[in-house]
Amino acid sequence: MRAVDDVSFSLEKGESLGLAGESGCGKTTTALSIIRLLPKNGRIVDGHIWYGDQDLAAIKEADLRRIRWKHISIVFQGAMNALNPVRRVSWQIAEAIAIHEHIAIDEAEDRVDDLLELVGINPARKNDYPHEFSGGMRQRVMIAMALACNPKIVIADEPVTALDVMIQAQILELLQNLKDELDLSMILISHDLSVIAETCDKVAIMYGGKMAEFGPTEDVFRDPQHPYTQGLIRSFPDIYGPRDLPPWIPGKPPNLLEPPQGCRFHPRCSFAFAECSVTEPPLYETGPGHVASCHLRAPGR
Amino acid sequence: MAFTSASHWIRRKIGLTEVRREKLSLTTKRFGEIMWATVHHRMGGPGVAILVFFVAVAIVGPWLPLPHWDASLFPRTLDPSWEHPFGTDHLGRDLLSRVVRGSQVSLLVGFLASVIAGVLGTLVGLVTGFWGGWRDEVLMRINDVFLSLPWLALLIVLAAVLGGTLSLEVIIIVIGLTSWSFTARVVRAQVLTVKERVFVERARAAGAGNMTIIRKHIFPNVFPLVFANTILTVAVAILSESTLAFLGRVDRSNVSWGVILSEAEESGALLNGHWAWIVMPGLALVVVIFGFSLLGYALDEILNPKLRER
Repeated sequence: MRAVDDVSFSLEKGESLGLAGESGCGKTTTALSIIRLLPKNGRIVDGHIWYGDQDLAAIKEADLRRIRWKHISIVFQGAMNALNPVRRVSWQIAEAIAIHEHIAIDEAEDRVDDLLELVGINPARKNDYPHEFSGGMRQRVMIAMALACNPKIVIADEPVTALDVMIQAQILELLQNLKDELDLSMILISHDLSVIAETCDKVAIMYGGKMAEFGPTEDVFRDPQHPYTQGLIRSFPDIYGPRDLPPWIPGKPPNLLEPPQGCRFHPRCSFAFAECSVTEPPLYETGPGHVASCHLRAPGR
Repeated sequence: MAFTSASHWIRRKIGLTEVRREKLSLTTKRFGEIMWATVHHRMGGPGVAILVFFVAVAIVGPWLPLPHWDASLFPRTLDPSWEHPFGTDHLGRDLLSRVVRGSQVSLLVGFLASVIAGVLGTLVGLVTGFWGGWRDEVLMRINDVFLSLPWLALLIVLAAVLGGTLSLEVIIIVIGLTSWSFTARVVRAQVLTVKERVFVERARAAGAGNMTIIRKHIFPNVFPLVFANTILTVAVAILSESTLAFLGRVDRSNVSWGVILSEAEESGALLNGHWAWIVMPGLALVVVIFGFSLLGYALDEILNPKLRER
């Protein structure tokens, strides 16, 4: 099964990219592929992942291990499970530092204070166990962990899912500030378009393991080019609008074991015409840095 | 403080590596906390008290002002008196000396056998749980054999194969080799759930290799189980040894509590009303096993942060 196919995007220094889409459309798989952390039964069949002039898809595992965390780190989905319950928080943050800089954990722990302060946790609590923290604080700890080795790129996988709205706002603000302060590049994965609209410079909309649309966040949200993106945005309730159910996209995402012929979205698309079920649309350029994979956007149409 | 600086000095002297230093300080720090918590635990306190008493008796035994445990110096089958608090046996030996001697043998067998079983069970559990595949198949089928055979029959058959009566070393090894299977099962099951947790993936993402993940993330998560299990195995091992001894399968020159009970049984102590001959070693056995059970339970609660009361 091809969980993710034909996805291509670029991320510059200091830029943030949002990956959006329904559950199971390949957001996390795309992100994990970047540092080759796919589960055992998954692999990268083809393609390149350029980091500077290194192709992460081709380099040796040992070299990749040096890049992980030190250059590209992850804030994992679900902070509850991403912390080891029997290790103190300080130890867990220090672990990555110790591994990458070949120093003792004790020495690495000296830097934990700064990191905790950076994400807004009182350093006095560094010797607590994860279960002694609240959900939002655990997420902060996860962020501190991701920053431990001064990475260039941080991949945040659903960083605010399962948190309440107030905490969501705090965490997003924290991520935004850290990004600006430390000049990080960031990939933010979320099914929540408002989260992405608020924090990202560019956005990639994924559908059925493929990229439906990619472009600057403003352009994509103001003038969506792919019918799927249009549907997604329209299905968002407007707080000033009438109080009724927003329109939704009928049907469900395709089974990737037998993806539909042609455009993967055509069975659910209200604009679908004959060609859509036959040929797969390439990415057509619709504006500066803005592309959409839809036959409607073919030049001269 | 003095201890810390002294140990720093020693470490510098013998040139321990940085990584090693971290491990030492981490374990000593934790060990102190665990000890404190255990002693103050409602079950751990009594458990520790019982075990400290018996271990102390076993250690100072040789210096206690008691007649030699194997010297037939007195009238036979005396009832308890001030001179012989536990009475004497059928060969005129002081039973108090023999029970004290028994604590040494029984505890030694218990500790060493459970260490063997604990180490073996943990290794097997970690390997099968973490890697799975053919390692899992082979080791777990062997484990099934040990689990499904009745251990007492296995011990007796092993005793027969190894020549009728068993020496102390053989008993320790045999008990150790027959009691690892439960620990292995428990550890494997725990490893299977722990290795799927996201923090293992996170550690891998942070650059940790398989061995680091097993040592630093998975082992600490299964350690409470291993520890509590091993403490409980000590009780089982002591009981196994006593059973074997009672059945007359061990070398009687190693006086364990089971050997005393076996001799009492053979000389009809019960019929002749020599109650102390049976009650005293029996009581020692029961109390020690109770102590280990209390401690095992307390440790399980203390070492598992999720069970800890606050």
